[in-house]
Amino acid sequence: MSMFESVFVAFSKLWIVIFGGGYAMLPLLQTEMKTHGWLSTSQLTDSIAVSAMAPGPIATNTAAIVGFKIDGIWGALIASIALTLPSLLVILLVGKVLGKLQEHRNFKAAFYGLRPAIIGVIIFAAINFAVSNHIIGGRNILDIKSAILMIVAFVILIRTKLHPVYLIIAAALIGILLSVI
Amino acid sequence: MEKKRINFKFILEIFFSFFKISPLSFGGGFAMIPIMEEEVVHKKKWVKKEQIVDIFAIIQSLPGAIAVNAASLVGYQVAGIVGAIAAFLGVILPTFAIMVIFGAMLITYQHNFYVQAALQGIRPVVVAMIASAAFKMSKVSLIDKTCLAITALSIVTLLYHKSLIFVVIVSGAILGIVLVNIRIKLNRPVSLVKASERK
Repeated sequence: MSMFESVFVAFSKLWIVIFGGGYAMLPLLQTEMKTHGWLSTSQLTDSIAVSAMAPGPIATNTAAIVGFKIDGIWGALIASIALTLPSLLVILLVGKVLGKLQEHRNFKAAFYGLRPAIIGVIIFAAINFAVSNHIIGGRNILDIKSAILMIVAFVILIRTKLHPVYLIIAAALIGILLSVI
Repeated sequence: MEKKRINFKFILEIFFSFFKISPLSFGGGFAMIPIMEEEVVHKKKWVKKEQIVDIFAIIQSLPGAIAVNAASLVGYQVAGIVGAIAAFLGVILPTFAIMVIFGAMLITYQHNFYVQAALQGIRPVVVAMIASAAFKMSKVSLIDKTCLAITALSIVTLLYHKSLIFVVIVSGAILGIVLVNIRIKLNRPVSLVKASERK
């Protein structure tokens, strides 16, 4: 497979697992990055941070920046098309019946089990990223400074309506401060 | 609402409407929903209030980025296939351009000492953001103990083997259908909303 083909296949697979926001695609994205040797998990984490700071959906932003890192502007283009085109095609093909389908009893019932499964996927993504970034389970079992940052950020995110951009900027400054003292 | 004549000018207007709102939404695709509503319901009056509520309900049950799904469906309902394509391109192009610039900047400066230090601080926050997304979703979607069990089972399955993600998602949906139907047969139907949210 050529580079374009493998990028296209990898990112079109991601579309299927995006439910309730872009984070559900992270475990699969991480697997794809590893199998192809495209990006390390810390590089992927950095890309997600940039995606969250920029305007727009996390999923499409991540596809564009990760694609760019893999193969420049063409990589970004192919990854973005692969991740978004299925949405357009589904709406063009079944746009008329979507409303009726959504009212169907079994369609609603599927989401009763699907949503909890997606939550599991996202929690797994969080655990996995914490481990891969050596926040937990690294050489010292727990990287104290990172763990504190992580917990404080989590509490702020669930308790307040503070925009994540401010948290990212504050964390960047703390990171710089910790490295110079 | 009178039917708008679908001409090139109208299609261009759809494109630029989404082109304009897309870079205004910070914090993921969900953030674009209220901005989109303001634009297409109140400003442009392309769709009615009830219609947009239906549209947002439908797109949440489709895979893919919410903002992209929403734009495409609004475009489709307003001006058919060409409208969908115009809205789709309008919503993805600006953020795509921004991300390419950010990507180039990240590659240029990633080995800089200060950038490295900043990223070291940012990574734990990214983990917190992922975890908080799950937390917020669980508050509305974990309706009962069965849901909680499905979530726990998914985590354990994925910890056992990461590649089982499609299995987890498909079995979640199948379990949902099976459980809801069994409960109906047993005359103890599942409420599909949380007890605290029932009116």
